[in-house]
Amino acid sequence: MQLDDLYREVIVDHYNRPRNFGRPEKWDIMVEGKNPVCGDEIAIYLTVKDDIVSECHFDGKGCSISIASASVMTESLIGKSLDEVRLVLADFNQLLRGEVCQRCEQYSDAIAFQGVTKFPVRVKCALLAWKTLEGAIPDSGTHQA
Amino acid sequence: MTFDPTKIRADFPIFAAQVRNGRELVYLDNGATTQKPGVVIDAERDFYSTEYGTVHRGIYHLSAVATAQYEAARETVADFINARLTKEIIFTRGATESINLVARTFGDRFIGKGDEIILSEFEHHSNMVPWLMLQERTGARLVYVRSTPDWRLDMIDLRSKFSSRTKLVAITGMSNVLGTINDIDGICQLAHEHGARVLMDGAQLVPHFGFDVRGTDCDFLAFSSHKMLGPTGVGVLYMKQEIGVEIPPYQGGGDMIENVRYDGFTTNELPYKFEAGTPNIAGVIAFAKAIEYLQGLGMENIIAHESELTEYALDRLLSTEGFELYGPKTPKHRGALFSFNYKDIHSHDVASILDFANIAVRAGHHCAQPLMQRLGVNSTARASFYVYNQKEEIDILLESLKQCERFLKHAVG
Ligand SMILES: Cc1ncc(COP(=O)(O)O)c(C=O)c1O
Repeated sequence: MQLDDLYREVIVDHYNRPRNFGRPEKWDIMVEGKNPVCGDEIAIYLTVKDDIVSECHFDGKGCSISIASASVMTESLIGKSLDEVRLVLADFNQLLRGEVCQRCEQYSDAIAFQGVTKFPVRVKCALLAWKTLEGAIPDSGTHQA
Repeated sequence: MTFDPTKIRADFPIFAAQVRNGRELVYLDNGATTQKPGVVIDAERDFYSTEYGTVHRGIYHLSAVATAQYEAARETVADFINARLTKEIIFTRGATESINLVARTFGDRFIGKGDEIILSEFEHHSNMVPWLMLQERTGARLVYVRSTPDWRLDMIDLRSKFSSRTKLVAITGMSNVLGTINDIDGICQLAHEHGARVLMDGAQLVPHFGFDVRGTDCDFLAFSSHKMLGPTGVGVLYMKQEIGVEIPPYQGGGDMIENVRYDGFTTNELPYKFEAGTPNIAGVIAFAKAIEYLQGLGMENIIAHESELTEYALDRLLSTEGFELYGPKTPKHRGALFSFNYKDIHSHDVASILDFANIAVRAGHHCAQPLMQRLGVNSTARASFYVYNQKEEIDILLESLKQCERFLKHAVG
């Protein structure tokens, strides 16, 4: 196990230069999340047109892993339908459970977070933005395999 | 006996067991819990191996032996905090339960609607939430004393907070976030002048400085075994006898009763009235061994050792660029516990990176969310020291802190 598994270069890059960071002028859906253990906070802002996420921003305070993960999440959601968003969410959760996730290669730099599974205490950090988003996306009613 | 941290370290098996990548364990999370010396671990094992039985019930030999050891532990605790009576020592699960016990019994009986409880701004959740719960039950009011700019309790503000409705001052002896040590004598004196009782949360103070309940005249004192080399699951509530006899019991069950009929009961005498059910017998016995170990080192030596560490740490930490310390910056009336942030790096990242150098520090809000808001931060890292720590570990901490930057900034163009 290496510390570089956690602080992969892409992760550090997203942390230092988070994409889609800051509260936009307007949005359709806003959700806030908090990690009560560490006090990290995040807000996610979605603009949805014809069932497609056209914009996704976030702001908040957090550690490198939670900020980088939120940054990657916003990138991976833009242009997706709400159904696809549900799929991305399920895939990322799967990745962070240490399971193989082929599709994760396609989601921005999501695959870089694979190494976080070697640091179980930090998995919560990586999931903060994603868990927060889950609260904003209504269940489709169908069960994801 | 000279106080030699290297020798002391050798008494704790964890340090030999936890060498990682050739690096010795630098254990700096003593504010959360401390490691255990061999004598404590052996005490628990020996008791289970050779003398185990229940207390206060059996007529047979084993139970008599267990009872004698359990009650001897109570005497050890009474002696350690200079209680007048052994029956003023109640064993609980920990400081948290001790405080909840007071809120549920003394609180429910004596702190009604509109009555006031004075707290500091820097209480641990376990000395806040039980009072917030009491507030919900009875309509009691919580009143918070301000802190001074250098994060000490503002004694002038405290004086002004008393009213005819003040029933209790519930305050920490030492802050688990700031390291601040409060003026216990002054607090007790002020409270008693105003006819209020005092509950001291001794979870942080007692392990490092001991306590004199008679000297301070405090009414309740709560602390935990696991923060002072003893096992988890054991705590102490010291309660003045005159209060104990007046208030209702806490939990109902075995041991706490004198007589039970189908339509009622009478309570047992102190301290059993507050110890329902089979207690953590082995834990209590091992806890007494931990106290004896501390007494063997000498509390005055421990105080001197930690004050030396505090001076050295403050000196080094405060002269480190980018090191933000939360708490008093002078060594007087503060413990060897330092909350900090380093160069905008989140405390989780600091803790993860230090962990790689086999340094254990705490990161987070330290069960003091309102205080974090006061400090204007979401979280801090915290390094807290004890008998086995040495100055060199402060140097190692600082060296490794500098690594944090290397990991977190290298991708910036
Ligand atoms: C000041 C203070 N009070 C109370 C507690 C609660 O102690 P325990 O969790 O052992 O009940 C702690 C422990 O972190 C503490 O630091």
